Amino acid sequence: MTVSPLSAWTDRLAALPVNASERPFLSQLTVRASDPAAIAAMGAALGVVFPSVPCTFTTGTGSFGEVQVLWLGPDEFLVVAAPDLQIPIEEALRGALGSARGSVVDTSAQRTTVVLEGPHVRDVLAHGCSVDLHPSAAPTGTCVQTLLARTGIILLVTGADRVTLLVRSSFAEYLAAWLSDACVEYRTQ
Amino acid sequence: MNFRTPTGGAIDRNTVLRFTFNGQALTGHPGDTLASALLANGVHEVGSSVKLGRPRGIVAAGSEDPTSLVQVETPFSEPMLLATTVELFDGLQARGLAGQGRLSPEPDPARYDAKHEHCDVLVVGAGPAGLVAALTAARSGARVVLVDEQNQAGGALLGVDEYLDDRPSAEWVADIVAELRTTPGVLVLERTTAFGMYQDGFVLALQKRTDHLGFAAPASVARQRVWRIRTKQTVLATGAHERPVVFADNDRPGIMLASSARTFLHRYGVLPGWRAVVFTTNDSAYCAAIDLAESGVDIPLIVDARLEAPARLATECAARGIEVRAGHVVTGTEGSARVTGVHVAGQTVPCDTLLVSGGWNPVVNLFSQARGKLRYDSELGAFVPGEELASVRVAGSATGELDLNACARQGRDAGAAAAVAAGFTPGGQVPLPVSDSRCTQRTGLVLWRVPGDEDVSFVDLQRDATVTDVLRATGAGLRSLEHIKRYTTIGTAHDQGKTSGMIAAGIVAEALGVELADQRPTTFRPPYTSVSFAALAGRNRGELHDPVRVTAIHPWHVAHGALFENVGQWKRPWYYPRDGEDLHAAVLRECRAARESVGMMDGSTLGKIDVQGGDAGKFLDMLYTNMMSTVKVGRIRYGVMCGVDGMVIDDGTVIRVGEERFLVTTTTGNAARILDWMEEWLQTEWPHLDVHCTSVTEHWATIPLVGPKSRDVLAAVAPSLDVSNEAFEFMTWQDAVVAGVPARVCRISFSGELAYEINVTAWHGLAVWEALMEAGSPYGITPYGTETMHVLRAEKGYPIIGQETDATVTPQDLGMAWAVSKKKPDFIGKRSFARVENLRTDRKQLVGLLPVDPTVLLPEGSQIVETDRLPEPPVRMLGHVTSSYPSAALGRTFALALVRSGRERIGETLYVPVEDELVPVTVTDSVLYDKEGARRDG
Amino acid sequence: MQLIPCPWCGPREEAEFHYGGQAHVAYPQDPSALSDEEWAQYVFFRENPSGPFAERWSHSAGCRRWFNAVRDTRTHDLLAVYRTDEPMPEVIS
Repeated sequence: MTVSPLSAWTDRLAALPVNASERPFLSQLTVRASDPAAIAAMGAALGVVFPSVPCTFTTGTGSFGEVQVLWLGPDEFLVVAAPDLQIPIEEALRGALGSARGSVVDTSAQRTTVVLEGPHVRDVLAHGCSVDLHPSAAPTGTCVQTLLARTGIILLVTGADRVTLLVRSSFAEYLAAWLSDACVEYRTQ
Repeated sequence: MNFRTPTGGAIDRNTVLRFTFNGQALTGHPGDTLASALLANGVHEVGSSVKLGRPRGIVAAGSEDPTSLVQVETPFSEPMLLATTVELFDGLQARGLAGQGRLSPEPDPARYDAKHEHCDVLVVGAGPAGLVAALTAARSGARVVLVDEQNQAGGALLGVDEYLDDRPSAEWVADIVAELRTTPGVLVLERTTAFGMYQDGFVLALQKRTDHLGFAAPASVARQRVWRIRTKQTVLATGAHERPVVFADNDRPGIMLASSARTFLHRYGVLPGWRAVVFTTNDSAYCAAIDLAESGVDIPLIVDARLEAPARLATECAARGIEVRAGHVVTGTEGSARVTGVHVAGQTVPCDTLLVSGGWNPVVNLFSQARGKLRYDSELGAFVPGEELASVRVAGSATGELDLNACARQGRDAGAAAAVAAGFTPGGQVPLPVSDSRCTQRTGLVLWRVPGDEDVSFVDLQRDATVTDVLRATGAGLRSLEHIKRYTTIGTAHDQGKTSGMIAAGIVAEALGVELADQRPTTFRPPYTSVSFAALAGRNRGELHDPVRVTAIHPWHVAHGALFENVGQWKRPWYYPRDGEDLHAAVLRECRAARESVGMMDGSTLGKIDVQGGDAGKFLDMLYTNMMSTVKVGRIRYGVMCGVDGMVIDDGTVIRVGEERFLVTTTTGNAARILDWMEEWLQTEWPHLDVHCTSVTEHWATIPLVGPKSRDVLAAVAPSLDVSNEAFEFMTWQDAVVAGVPARVCRISFSGELAYEINVTAWHGLAVWEALMEAGSPYGITPYGTETMHVLRAEKGYPIIGQETDATVTPQDLGMAWAVSKKKPDFIGKRSFARVENLRTDRKQLVGLLPVDPTVLLPEGSQIVETDRLPEPPVRMLGHVTSSYPSAALGRTFALALVRSGRERIGETLYVPVEDELVPVTVTDSVLYDKEGARRDG
Repeated sequence: MQLIPCPWCGPREEAEFHYGGQAHVAYPQDPSALSDEEWAQYVFFRENPSGPFAERWSHSAGCRRWFNAVRDTRTHDLLAVYRTDEPMPEVIS
């Protein structure tokens, strides 16, 4: 039996004006590599082009279904896919990496994922996040690692009023409590 | 008596608001401040002064007021608010203060929050200059934020009845605000004071969002908000404050700044009194006099300190029967709770109000906070912005310009320049308004004080600081304005010297015979106006005070009554008390279970780092004092990490997962620091190494299963695993299925007992924990917390980094020379071990201490001395107690300590001062339990 | 709250960064060949200028990259940021 970090929060998150929902148990792999050929090969193995621009993410579809690749650093990426694919994806990535320098680590349970949607998303996040989330500064496709309510997060802008947060599992309940509190003013609007 | 005018003012006369002041029931109207409502009821005396107990009234109409401090009691008691900035609401109860308020002992029930806002152009101040600046920037398409501390835009226009372009100024203001509000990307915030300006366009502003609603404030809306504004460009249109002139007995209620009286008249429809003398050094007070005269106030006299009165204004005054006496000054006043007369040229002029104008001080606080240099303008008698800054522009009367049309032009220029600097092209030009104002002359006479009784010539009315105090400071040899400020306390009250600071500087310069142009003004520091701690704390209260980290098994600990200990941000079970147990009773029971049967704990908080790459072994050899590259796949080694200074910074186990892959653990509190440390070496010193490090701390749930029966329990939940000592040796690991879940099981021990550490993905942590509890129930399996863990390891002499160590302790000091490689040519810290200082034999070393009385528990942190009687100080300290516990296994108390030459002293008796006693203790080896290690294999 | 321009992520608030002390203090090639005094120079002694100072910073809450920055210690203004393998650029303070 598996339990996700925010399993006790499902109903409370859903009731928020930002329609928050946890996407539990996603397959997540941290990839470190800097050789362009190896990076291209890993992308090809997953059907996605790894992001080359800092603070962005890419999406593609291949033999593992839809896969997102998040830029975490100049030689660091997070591969995110549907649940229960971490073992075959790790194998595919290792095969593509070959003898090039790098590492592949299953970090699926290291973070959990929360999707926020609706017109208040940016306002709610602005209560605790110092990064400018205005569409002109953070268009769809943006992926920033920063602090939200003094908690480390990865923030993906996935649509006009849609944001995905990845948060370390140990901080997830605190962040959910913070989100819930930050939504108080927006509940009735 | 009613001092309300029959018409006029931006108040809703059809609605009556009831309030009390000092218990007296009074009324006012929406649009009033507490100050204007008090004045409308004829109340001038608000409180009394902090040192001398002299009556204090209302000097100004806004946030620069030095005197009208009140305690607002409803809906929540709040001290030190200015009556001039408290908006009236129905049911308001307030009391005047004697310079000091009372903090409520109750927690404030209101919400306070913070919000980040980003913009291209921030405009501070919504007076004429700020409005034109904001609209100009907005028309360029820039993201604009306009903040203003008043409840409506207009700035100085709110306090006059001037016409702009032949229509009431309020209409001109309303048009601009309407356009701003409908322009996308523009945020207009009223009741919002920019109180601090910091680096890189960072401005903090406090918005009072529901204070004015009183009891009607919705609980779900944050009462106050701190806006954390990040802007590319800033236009400061912060205006100017009128300053008084100092003379004898200048502190009586009824003595008010002239422009403030004009504001009370036009904005609130309130007369300050029936008979007002005016004392001025410049033109602007004439407008106040004329306006008040036209509203029915008797103005017997304008005293103008200049040798000549302005001809046109003097004519206008004459037409209204107002006498103007130029070349004169006010030398004193009469009255007590209210001014009753003014001394001019040896005569006493009866009055109930004295209006004063000594000129204008540009509000340069934020400009100065932004590191802008100030310049003394000798015509104005004030410090003005003295340079241009790349991203901060100043416009309007904050520059010293007092003509409205010129202020608006500065606003337009600044708004356009700010927009261009932020990368935008100016749009449609905003037309500049033309005013019908009578009073446009910029300068007057600079007059700081009128000679007179210096003991009652008040410079800072809130601090009760007089001319005597200033002269005492200069007489004592102080010359710097900063020093004199601290010596006299002038400018250190709630108002931060808005009306007194400049005058104090002027009086000092006169006393010292120096030019103000050569003086450095006192530093302006945030906050510009008072900000409550509740607002600064915002939502960081209660459960949101600090981020909280929990493990996947946390809900079980809560459900089973664990008490928690904070370890960094983690909540860790401290102990699990059963009915009636205190800490010691619970820990003795938990320890006994682990030593005699089986216990388990949640070790998920341990830091875990995956280290991969062809050079991983080489890299770990440099980081740890012992050799890691020789660990065989499938085996585990304990390791110690030092800084370059050779002092221990962390310890943990290193698991060799594969030829090119290791998993290392760190202490709970050091996980992030050690990963940063590894990255620092890899990125800055050894980028050639083929190594990558990845945190997996929260990917794994970690459960140490400890005690002689742990093997049986593990066997029960992992039937496919051969748990025999031969098949599963100490310091090895195996992948296995535990409770139906893929797991990595390590045979390591932090207690000296047979023990296993079971690692599963965090998602499975809770289920595996519960399965272990069930499988262990025949053996009385006992969950234990950090306290029991500490006791068990201390009995074995295992140090805890950060408890036994404090960045001055080497592995050798800890008795762990065995963990320091002699074979490796180098590792971080190695060279330091050979330093003379680290070879001294009298270094503090880790030893055990056994109190001679086995029931005495030494307080951790206690000092250790050599003799049974304390000599005269200084007493030579030998070291200190690092850990101290009662022990079930030893049947007595014991301690670990760092003691000078400790290992040579084993067997000696030393003394630990505890309160008034010297407790004798015997020094022992640090390993007190199972020295032979017989229990390790079960 | 000062902004620090991460070479990768752009300007971020200083709360996202860790300070790493003086830059360009290389780990000695062979520590064992150094005298106690020379080793102590490496371990304990750092510059403390009034003016431009090259320092190490890590964008610890972001991309976790270490980089170098030249900071004017009188004003805290960051005059330049650059990668750890680059020489200190010329700066005007």
